[in-house]
Amino acid sequence: MRLPVQLLLGALLFGLFLAAALLSLVWTPHAVTQLDIAAKLALPGHGHPLGTDHLGRDMVSMLMAGARTSIAVALLAVGIGIALGVPLGLTAAARRGSLLDEIIMRGNDLIFAFPSLVIAILITAVFGPSAVNAILAIGIFNVPVFARVARGAALTIWPREFILAARVAGKGRARISAEHILPNIASLLVVQGTIQFSMGILAEAGLSYVGLGAQPPTPSWGRMLADAQTFIYANPRLAVLPGLAIVLTVLGLNLMGDGLRDFLDPRLRRAVR
Amino acid sequence: MLRYAATRLISLTLSLVAASLVIFAVVEVIPGDPAAYMLGLNAAPEAVAALREDLGLSGGLVERYLTWAGGMLTGDFGTSYTYRVPVADLVAARLWISLPLALYALALSTLLALPVGMLAAARRGRVTDYGIMGFTQLGIAVPNFWFAMLLVVLLAITYPIFPAGGFPGWDAGILPALRALTLPAVALALPQASILARVMRSALIETLSQDYIRTARAKGLTEGQAIRNHGMRNALIPVLTIIGLQFSFLLAGAIIIEKVFFLPGLGLLIFQGITQRDLVVVESVVMLLVFAVILVTFLVDLAYALVDPRLRHAR
Repeated sequence: MRLPVQLLLGALLFGLFLAAALLSLVWTPHAVTQLDIAAKLALPGHGHPLGTDHLGRDMVSMLMAGARTSIAVALLAVGIGIALGVPLGLTAAARRGSLLDEIIMRGNDLIFAFPSLVIAILITAVFGPSAVNAILAIGIFNVPVFARVARGAALTIWPREFILAARVAGKGRARISAEHILPNIASLLVVQGTIQFSMGILAEAGLSYVGLGAQPPTPSWGRMLADAQTFIYANPRLAVLPGLAIVLTVLGLNLMGDGLRDFLDPRLRRAVR
Repeated sequence: MLRYAATRLISLTLSLVAASLVIFAVVEVIPGDPAAYMLGLNAAPEAVAALREDLGLSGGLVERYLTWAGGMLTGDFGTSYTYRVPVADLVAARLWISLPLALYALALSTLLALPVGMLAAARRGRVTDYGIMGFTQLGIAVPNFWFAMLLVVLLAITYPIFPAGGFPGWDAGILPALRALTLPAVALALPQASILARVMRSALIETLSQDYIRTARAKGLTEGQAIRNHGMRNALIPVLTIIGLQFSFLLAGAIIIEKVFFLPGLGLLIFQGITQRDLVVVESVVMLLVFAVILVTFLVDLAYALVDPRLRHAR
């Protein structure tokens, strides 16, 4: 079967930034904590392919390390959402109509009703700004998303005959959920994961822009934008580059999500067109 | 309709109670004493004790919650520790920036997205459609505060059409005030318009494939007439949902955009509250924003019932 163009393009874009982030774990052209005030605001060239920032740090290195922060925060936030949300959703589906189902779903509605950014701000304000608290704040809002997707998808699998066979064989609800339901809804979860991943990148950028994300000296795209704002007239390059990095990463993930959905569920392809 | 409204109202009340409990709990779980937290490390024990009394922290958990929540109901949001004025006054002054900003952005987003989404649906599968969809894909990926910075460079610095930041106040006249809010509103509206246009397009395409549209076409209506007479109301349901959700994004998003444009709105108030550890302000403003969002959800639910009579009789 042919892979959708969107999937390839998205994977290429995101792969580029993922590779940069992974590479930054072991190597960056210059150290990101190394200040070189004499070379501040240098134009591209002379060992700095994208120039330097207001503290003389190499932009390529900063962008690479920023990719690491953004991707790590968003990925862990998606991890929280999956780790808590999927079991909740599966449990709700396995006990459909029970009090437990009702409690889980109403709890979900409640979290959905909160403006996520405002609560993220409240959490980071109370517990102090840090990358870990940003992960928690973004992750909490991923929980109801995955719970809802998992429950909805699981409900369509439960009436199938192979589930009935498993029940006849004496398997309990928890075991059926883990062994038979989960593999059948995994593709939907992957698609949703990609979407939440891209939203996580945007949320992290927003939080670190207002100073509530990763703290200096850890580079992050949002903080680079906040720093660049002061120099935006004389040095728009400082603001344009991290912004482009965010846009391309998010675009890559969104294209990947759309492409994956088309690829994994051909029925949707017709509906989308 | 009345019964439907009543059940939604009960659910609204329950959501508000739950939300206030959550916010109260988050602030309560701060390790140690909020009064000590607010005054910092070098505070004298007497000052902390006095502030505890001031904040009403001396009572038990339940008593404190009831005082806070009860105060909110009567419009008493407590007293800001740093400003020494009632939080309600601080909020009231700033609400007149944040609320118009969110509404302005919502209006821009809706006015832009609906026709564009309809156009894409009408030309589905053709170049126009692909162009619009590609553009919205980009719009979704752009962080609004970055777009705001680019707008400032282009339309405030290079071509000084709009102010780069600040707010003259509504006393300066409606036009200057709106001018100051235009770039922030555009920055807020672009990503939301992209999402809305996509929703509008797929809702309309979905509707167009329904049997009743085929019937309408078969009896001689043009596609435009079929959409206007039969398709629009049905397609509007998902669109209304998204518009309601967007208001909450816009209010929250306004917090960050206000920082880009130095607008003295609720966002700035929250950030000042955070840096000055003025928990009363943070707690109250957050509760107010949550209230606004839940209220809008309630209104959207009522709007559904007006658009779709079937929902009035559902549970």
